[in-house]
Amino acid sequence: MKALVCVKRVIDYNVRIRVKSDKSGVEKDNVKMSMNPFDEIAVEEAVRLKEKGTLTEIVVLSIGTESSQETIRTGLAMGGDRGILVKSSDEDIDPLNVGKIIKNICDKENPDLIILGKQAIDDDCNQTGQILATLLKYPQATFASKVEKNNDNTLNVTREVDGGLETIKVKIPCVITTDLRLNEPRYASLPNIMKAKQKKIDILDINELSLDLKKRVEILEVNDPPERKPGIVVPDIDSLVDKLKNEAKIL
Amino acid sequence: MKTLVIVEHNNDSIKQTTYSTVTAASKISEDVYALILGHNLDTAVDELKKCDHLKKIYLVDKEILSKPIAENFCDEIVKFLKDKDFTHVFTPSSTFGKNLSPKIATELDVQQISDIINIIDDNTFERPIYAGNAIAKVKSNDSIKVVTVRSTCFEPCKLDSQVEVENMSSELSKNELVNFVNYDESKSDRPELTSAKIIISGGRGLQNGENFKLLEGIADKLGAAMGASRAAVDAGFVPNDWQVGQTGKIVAPDLYIAVGISGAIQHIAGIKDSKFIVCINKDEEAPIFKFSDFGLVADLFEALPVLEKKLQ
Repeated sequence: MKALVCVKRVIDYNVRIRVKSDKSGVEKDNVKMSMNPFDEIAVEEAVRLKEKGTLTEIVVLSIGTESSQETIRTGLAMGGDRGILVKSSDEDIDPLNVGKIIKNICDKENPDLIILGKQAIDDDCNQTGQILATLLKYPQATFASKVEKNNDNTLNVTREVDGGLETIKVKIPCVITTDLRLNEPRYASLPNIMKAKQKKIDILDINELSLDLKKRVEILEVNDPPERKPGIVVPDIDSLVDKLKNEAKIL
Repeated sequence: MKTLVIVEHNNDSIKQTTYSTVTAASKISEDVYALILGHNLDTAVDELKKCDHLKKIYLVDKEILSKPIAENFCDEIVKFLKDKDFTHVFTPSSTFGKNLSPKIATELDVQQISDIINIIDDNTFERPIYAGNAIAKVKSNDSIKVVTVRSTCFEPCKLDSQVEVENMSSELSKNELVNFVNYDESKSDRPELTSAKIIISGGRGLQNGENFKLLEGIADKLGAAMGASRAAVDAGFVPNDWQVGQTGKIVAPDLYIAVGISGAIQHIAGIKDSKFIVCINKDEEAPIFKFSDFGLVADLFEALPVLEKKLQ
């Protein structure tokens, strides 16, 4: 079985986000970039499935500028076998169009599993997996916290839903989106990082795919969130409880 | 302008998220309709009928819709929309809506707008990006706007109406590629993190998992949910699903109490929409103080028992 794992290069989760003064977006120059944390979990899950013998090949796909190759290399160092970069100078591609691009790659690669993070921590859309499953007419198992292969070409996937855990059984091929509890991604070892440098990354230009990728959603402006008004330091528990009772009117 | 609200429920009762979504829909126009899909929905529909703003409720009651399998729901909704003239389809931005709504948008070949927190006009919305560290104002150029709504940003609608219900027939056949196996409801007596009015969270300052008991008594008294920082989760003090922050749960309670949490960027990103933030930390230089309405510089091991007693 073959898996396609989709990874996105995003601003590292530890970086303080700065909105550009012209409101066109957030500052990305000289900012540390990393693999989207949920996609790391997706790579890890694929590697574990390969270690268990369920998968035979892991293809790591990213869409973005030349720099997204680094993100693919990270996936290859964790245990991916080869990479595909769909090169695009535009980094803000609507999720629907991202879905169409991934579908195009799936049509060529025919993966049995497509695993991706439930959302990217930049645009926070939480859509791509669902869009892709719909385009491919494959079943979807979103927000996965546990994936188990059955003997009859199905997977049991436990999903983190509001208020509990839901388990569904999906036929392969299928799309899985990962949630936090699925696993803890490994750190790539130095030898594996070195080995990953030898692994192959195919580079395609987004325009070669001949897809209609017109923009559907315009970002008019990006603003700082409303600031919280400055708070106060209280001297003791009594005054804290008093503030909560009388000012916040919560207790 | 005509908006359809996809109703979230558990077959017995309507989820609060639905009522907030109705309010959001009413800001587009007064032409708001609801579609409820499920099985044995009598009591749920009785509740829904009281919703203010609704012109009509469309009801599809069918056994294969008794579980919210996105493939089946999507098929039915897309068929329903076919001969109607809805300009907007609103769904709560809960795991139910997040799972379902992008499928509807894809079938209609439109780009969903996720998790809106404000409505500027019928095609322009505000939504948080970077876990709320920035707010994007976005404009949809699609013919139908498929939107998910962050329910904590809209007041629930009033429940004093009597809305007409239309029973819809359905020829939906089950999607054979996916089957429901089971639903394991969290057994905790505490509210869910994402819907709790009060949350008390612990960080690395608690030093070990055992010390989270110090928070329990306070949580019990306040009816609060319990959470943790990523540092506390990474250190193995508490399970992963307690994690509040950019890569954990994004919360917006009325009161958030951060105990022994320094206030890393990724934690702040998950709590900044809380109405009131309180912190207890012995390091007065900790960044969490800058984001707190009320801060107390104290050793948490001394402060927590006192606080618990004061809440009697």
